[in-house]
Amino acid sequence: METVCLNKQDNSFTRAVEERSGQVVSRCYQCGNCTAGCPMSFLFDYPVSRIMRLIQAGQKETVLSSKAIWLCAACNTCTQRCPNEIDVSGVMDTCRQMARRENKFGVHAVRAFVNAFIDSVKFNGRSHEVGIMALYMLYTGRFWTDVDLAPKVLPKGKMAILPHRINGRAEVAAIISRYKQGFSDPELVRARLAAAGGQGAGASAGGDKGSRAGHGKEAAS
Amino acid sequence: MSKITLGYFPGCSGLGTSAEYEKSTRAVCRELGIDLREIPDWNCCGSTPAHTVDPVLSSAFSARVFAQGEQVGITDVITPCPSCLSNLRNALRHMDDELFAARVDALTERPLKQEHSIKSVLQVIVEDIGLDSVKARVRKPLTGLKAVAYYGCLMNRPEKVMRFDDPENPVAMDQVLEVLGAEVLPFPLKVDCCGGSMSIPARRSTPHLAGKILDLAGEMGADVVVVACPLCQMNLDLRQGQSRAAGLKYTLPVPYFTQLMAYAFGLSDADTAFKLLAEDIAPAFTCMSRRSDEIKAEEARKAVLAEEKARAAAEKAAKTQAGTETAAEKQPGGKSRANSASAAGGAA
Repeated sequence: METVCLNKQDNSFTRAVEERSGQVVSRCYQCGNCTAGCPMSFLFDYPVSRIMRLIQAGQKETVLSSKAIWLCAACNTCTQRCPNEIDVSGVMDTCRQMARRENKFGVHAVRAFVNAFIDSVKFNGRSHEVGIMALYMLYTGRFWTDVDLAPKVLPKGKMAILPHRINGRAEVAAIISRYKQGFSDPELVRARLAAAGGQGAGASAGGDKGSRAGHGKEAAS
Repeated sequence: MSKITLGYFPGCSGLGTSAEYEKSTRAVCRELGIDLREIPDWNCCGSTPAHTVDPVLSSAFSARVFAQGEQVGITDVITPCPSCLSNLRNALRHMDDELFAARVDALTERPLKQEHSIKSVLQVIVEDIGLDSVKARVRKPLTGLKAVAYYGCLMNRPEKVMRFDDPENPVAMDQVLEVLGAEVLPFPLKVDCCGGSMSIPARRSTPHLAGKILDLAGEMGADVVVVACPLCQMNLDLRQGQSRAAGLKYTLPVPYFTQLMAYAFGLSDADTAFKLLAEDIAPAFTCMSRRSDEIKAEEARKAVLAEEKARAAAEKAAKTQAGTETAAEKQPGGKSRANSASAAGGAA
């Protein structure tokens, strides 16, 4: 097992994870319930409860370089069972997002799969299974991936060889492109909201936010 | 029954690997009086990959779906896919935060003007249509079919977000299968993860996780593993050969609950779409009819036995009554309690 040097604590990392995920990671008292229920733990380099401890201890490099944050299946078992009501799965998601921003990819195949999926959505507006597999093979060089499944699905005519493209695919591609250009950056949007607030409601795009109660009908319950 | 009209989000897998779920869902909804209005030109919700990149990006995909619905007056939407459900539900929840909603709007440039709701098809069938209405439509009961219901991770989790059924021991599908006439076995791995989309980049996960689920179902003597999630279904059915290559001893058909509903409702082969499953369901139905015959024979035997018993009892009663009358005539005190009771009754 690797040793962790607790003299080098990056507390700003702990704060950043808490802020981005909206979770109080310091509430974790290492009961291990998350790890006990984690289905992917057998592939992890650090079990999920240890990732939580490493975040508390400000071990940015270890956490963001880990394989565990990439192999999490986002099944929410840990979140459901945490006695301190921490959205553990959400924290894992946050770490993966932060790792991506720092160009750290603990498991390249997962990154390739995610990219293949998003690219498929960008091209077609919908995900296209055959296309995702083709892109995944291209990005990883694993050209034999799941070829054993082809004889099972192709004769049934289930898999659409050509994608179902939607009319609004340019709109969906624009969402991804705006995202990549940083349009949803929280500081930028916060500044715009503040400016709009100063000028009065409805002054800029999306300026009617303040008057809207919420998007979910069941939000109050 | 009164008709209900709801917006419908089929999800991308319905156009491919889960075509049988899509076909049977539409057929079952038609039978149950749920009028599905498909959201026009809907897009992918982004599934797991999008929210692992950024929840704002993921929510922006969902927001466009809701915006497309809003355009034609759809605000109450149902979807068969738990992964879509989870994403769409989470988007609504996150967008209750003003800053988050503004960040999403910055990507879609189409702010939502109305409130929206998203539910699973299963939830609407169980809560809004009701099990009695389902039962009333059964033409070909699944008597003799041993089934386990497998829910997967996302349908009921996290509890606070999904707000449906139990997060550790859900029963909605069990109840549906029971009213269809099946024998539902208590399955301990109902909500254990099948590995989800990790089956592609982390191949070892499939035999380990999906294999464990199938192995226990086989061990328990189930004929079918019934599911409600396209990704679970793919890992359990399409990839079953991969699990068998790693040591799984059983071959188990993995139908969607809607396919079994369509079958029990007596709908056509086009509606049940069983032929699209990777593992053939025919052996399960063979077991079912054999067991059903056994159950019928056993019931017939029991009926004959009960009849004989009743006749014997009647004869005995007639005899004792005759005996009582003679006994009562001879000694008014009576020996047995019955005699004394009848004597007391007579005296009163």
